[in-house]
Amino acid sequence: MTHQSPTLSEAQKRELHETALRIVSPGKGILAADESVGSMAKRLAQVGVENTEENRRQYRQILFSADDRVSGCIGGIIFFHETLYQNSDTGIPFVKMIRDRGILVGIKVDKGVVPLAGTFGETTTQGLDGLSDRCAQYKKDGAVFAKWRCVLKVSETNPSTLAITDNANVLARYSSICQQHGIVPIIEPEILPDGDHDLKRSQYITEKVLTAVYKAMSDHHVYLEGTLLKPNMVTSGHSCSTKYSPEEVAMATVTALRRTVPPAVTGVAFLSGGQSEEEATVHLNAINNCPLAKPWILSFSFGRALQASALRAWRGHKENEKGATEQFIKKAEANSLASQGKYTGGDNNYTDAGQRSYGSCHAY
Amino acid sequence: MTHQYPALTTEQKKELQEIAERITAPGKGILAADESTGSMGKRLNPIGVENTEENRRRYRQLLFTADQRMDSCIGGVIFFHETLYQNTDDGTNFSKLIKDRGIVVGIKVDKGVVPLAGTDGETTTQGLDGLSERCAQYKKDGADFAKWRSVLKISENTPSELAIMENANVLARYASICQQNGIVPIVEPEILPDGEHDLKRCQYVSEKVLAAVYKALSDHHVYLEGTLLKPNMVTPGHSCPTKVSHEEIAMATVTALRRTVPPAVTGVTFLSGGQSEEDASINLNAINNCPLTKPWALTFSYGRALQASALNAWRGELSKEKAATEEFIKRAEANSLAALGKYQSSGSGTAAGKSLYVENHAY
Repeated sequence: MTHQSPTLSEAQKRELHETALRIVSPGKGILAADESVGSMAKRLAQVGVENTEENRRQYRQILFSADDRVSGCIGGIIFFHETLYQNSDTGIPFVKMIRDRGILVGIKVDKGVVPLAGTFGETTTQGLDGLSDRCAQYKKDGAVFAKWRCVLKVSETNPSTLAITDNANVLARYSSICQQHGIVPIIEPEILPDGDHDLKRSQYITEKVLTAVYKAMSDHHVYLEGTLLKPNMVTSGHSCSTKYSPEEVAMATVTALRRTVPPAVTGVAFLSGGQSEEEATVHLNAINNCPLAKPWILSFSFGRALQASALRAWRGHKENEKGATEQFIKKAEANSLASQGKYTGGDNNYTDAGQRSYGSCHAY
Repeated sequence: MTHQYPALTTEQKKELQEIAERITAPGKGILAADESTGSMGKRLNPIGVENTEENRRRYRQLLFTADQRMDSCIGGVIFFHETLYQNTDDGTNFSKLIKDRGIVVGIKVDKGVVPLAGTDGETTTQGLDGLSERCAQYKKDGADFAKWRSVLKISENTPSELAIMENANVLARYASICQQNGIVPIVEPEILPDGEHDLKRCQYVSEKVLAAVYKALSDHHVYLEGTLLKPNMVTPGHSCPTKVSHEEIAMATVTALRRTVPPAVTGVTFLSGGQSEEDASINLNAINNCPLTKPWALTFSYGRALQASALNAWRGELSKEKAATEEFIKRAEANSLAALGKYQSSGSGTAAGKSLYVENHAY
């Protein structure tokens, strides 16, 4: 613990830090378009579309062909492996389309959750094997950031110390490996909203989880300025009988982050979990208007909360494609405003955008 | 790890946070006047003053009776146990005197370092026994904050994982107990400047130590908004051949803090270690001018760096008391400006520039 064996050169650190800054530069956030094949099945089933490789390609094309309006709203897009090697109808690689818009390409690198024996249904995440080689290849193929999702659950007995420790550890291992290849790791320790716990409990658990994550990062010599955090917002459990205002959610979330996330972390890009598009945007806006000092950028890394309306508008029909893309652009712009605390549209009367995107015990 | 057993009520949290904010209000810092009897011997001997209880009383008196200029510079004073119960010449209790001036009274509560067997000369700090009762009593006697000093050393083999972990743990236990009694804990994990290590190494070690400290504080359910941190600045070791600028010290220090100290921590009150009075002020000023985002108050908790000139001016003589007090006020004002990033040094060729480094300082 006394001598530093340099992990990264000054040039490597600068590259990582600048990449992180570009992803979350003011007004920008992340489109999480990295749904696995299994997750895409759930999405497409809801709009009556068959889960084929071609349909997945067409659907992502709808998102990626959005015009210049998204360049000021989206700093990065997270890809699933398959999508990284797909092309548009005219044969242009998706990666190239995105990069030509000045948007950075990210890649989901974890290989899903696996059970932790001896726990009450808890999991860790696998994907470390050969990760170094995979990162090197992804970097060559255009990716400059990555994402790894760990999952924790709240219940009478959970999350256990083992689950917290092990997930923090794999997140740190993943981060360390990514940085060696010039890839900015997005660190995602998601605490699911399933359950009837209240806001206070969610905040308490979030604080414990995030503290463990950053201790592990320190132990593994991860360069914090070259990372991004993708946490859940602090909300009550989905079955909790008490409703909380966006301001309460914002205060609980910012307080939890202030107690655990070192200022060196370049940005926090929230996941939307089971929130509706409108809810997620309103919450992000309230977070950015929270009066406590917030030394990191607070933005979004939304999947469903950016895509739900677009999916519904598309329903697999070619003639709906433009309309679907418009829906996505609208959401991107709304969240861009929210990340600056300037979102004024919608006020808790949920319209189409208000339909809950929540699916029970979400495993992706 | 799943259910919270509330450690503090909302009222208790509010009180603790407000005390912490008062101590580190803009332009204010801490006078560390908590030298133990043994340490006072080291201060008084060089100026030819006998280390008696009366002399210690007289000396603290000349600090505590400084005029109102002190009130805008000093947010808190740390007392040694003996001093908390001493009076001025006209019978006013020191603690009451300070408190009535609107300055928060603090108390050193640790009982010194003890060896960690099986390490290369490393230590932990004792003082947890009966600490809860002592805190309750100190609170009745006017104290609203406390200080506990842990010590780490840099060498080929140190600090070891054990030393880091054990000191972080006792700091967290101490902090937890203080808060239960309405006392704001100042958490002091000092990494000594002894050694020939460079700035980078000091920064690396500081980051590891502070990460461990905040993990321990979380594990012990300490309310961060109701604490203060008293770390070393990040500097090269005293025997390091490379000299660095004040800006480099500031950048290394602020970077280390940004990587480890959650924004919820109300304030960081640096110790001066062996720095001269002037260097301690210039470095604090540079820290406050560092262009990186710094979400905590960054101020001072100085002992020697506030008192060295005063001690020299006094030399135990009654006729020199006023002059000595003036020296103290000068340093207090200088550091107040430094805490705001507005200090302009007039050169370090004076007494204020003299290094106060004492090898392997154990207090």
